[in-house]
Amino acid sequence: MKVGNKLLISSGCLAVALLALIGQASAADSQIVKISAKRFAFTPAEITVKKGVPVTFELTTQDRSHGFAIEGTKVRTTIEPGKTTELKFTPTTSGSYNFYCDVFCGSGHDDMSGKLKVVD
Amino acid sequence: MTNELDRRDFLKIAGVGVVYISGLSTVSPAQALQAHKAKDFCFVQLSDTHWGFEGAKINPDFKGTLTKAIKEVNALQVKPDFVVFTGDLTQTTDETSVRKKRMQEFKEIVAELSAPIVRYMPGEHDAALDKGETYKEFFGETHYVFDHKGVHFIAIDNVSDPTGSIGEEQLEWLKGDLSKLSPETNIVVFTHRPLFDLYPQWDWSTKDGAKAIDLLMPFKNVSVFYGHVHLENHHMTEHIAHHSAKSLMLPMPEPGSVPKRQPIPWDTAQPYKGLGFRNVSARTRRSMYDLAEYPITENGII
Repeated sequence: MKVGNKLLISSGCLAVALLALIGQASAADSQIVKISAKRFAFTPAEITVKKGVPVTFELTTQDRSHGFAIEGTKVRTTIEPGKTTELKFTPTTSGSYNFYCDVFCGSGHDDMSGKLKVVD
Repeated sequence: MTNELDRRDFLKIAGVGVVYISGLSTVSPAQALQAHKAKDFCFVQLSDTHWGFEGAKINPDFKGTLTKAIKEVNALQVKPDFVVFTGDLTQTTDETSVRKKRMQEFKEIVAELSAPIVRYMPGEHDAALDKGETYKEFFGETHYVFDHKGVHFIAIDNVSDPTGSIGEEQLEWLKGDLSKLSPETNIVVFTHRPLFDLYPQWDWSTKDGAKAIDLLMPFKNVSVFYGHVHLENHHMTEHIAHHSAKSLMLPMPEPGSVPKRQPIPWDTAQPYKGLGFRNVSARTRRSMYDLAEYPITENGII
């Protein structure tokens, strides 16, 4: 019995451990980042993500169409009013990158940018 | 393959600025055949006047720079056949009434040009917020073609769509226009944004510009004149030459030379530095264009 109980307990611990690992794997599989755009700023304007972990940006706008583009990459999309625009990418190099609006939105368009930090 | 042009291609001309020789130096039989309708001529490119801008730290003479440029153009010894404005005639505004006022004022000022023909292009400051509606009221269509002394001119609109794209509809129109031309045709393209990726992170590109370049590529003699970047830049996409013009309101730094894109502050020691316009002498029989860059001077005197 004792042996059996020990096995059962061990099996239970293993199951919990596996579940924990799966849970960690799920969390590590993607990072969801919500960003709201409004002339002439992104909120939040600074975001941090983990290198090698896929990122899903959930992008919305509070006024008109805006762009969301990450400097030095082909990663970009247009954020249209009235819906959430998803953009997926996986950062492969740590560092600091600018993201910016690339859809002309008015007098402060040139200042509409933010900072993306990719950490190990 | 793309590459920046060799500085040796430039000839220094005292008192004028820089003259650049653009185009081919050989004449094919087909070109010779069409040379009978080709005549040499000049045109002037003015760009990025941003009428309505009022940043005194960047340009304290924001009310007078355009007038000085017009005075200089009118004083050119060889009169241009036409003048073209390659976009951002006015500074952007959310208010339609203000946009109309600025466009009306701009038209009244440039009416002082003595050139027989003045042509216009929109920039994103003129047209992106209302998809070119107000611009069309004052200046007509945002894309068009015309022929002049053996050269086929094409004005491409890459700003009325705020994403900075030409769009499939206009690309089809371009394809249809080009389908009527022989590969030997002298083609000059006017546009606002660069058709190639000069520096996309500063919005110095056209998202579908490569499609327009692909359509133009079969033609042997193509030069593109554009604005938007507020500095002089010369670039080749294979045999197609691209020349950007200086602004007549606010100069910009070289792409990537500073962390953030912003206008260069006024230098009291060198007023009007970085501002200017361009005279283009078309030697159509040889498909060559001589570019002369003119600075703005205190008294509007060349």
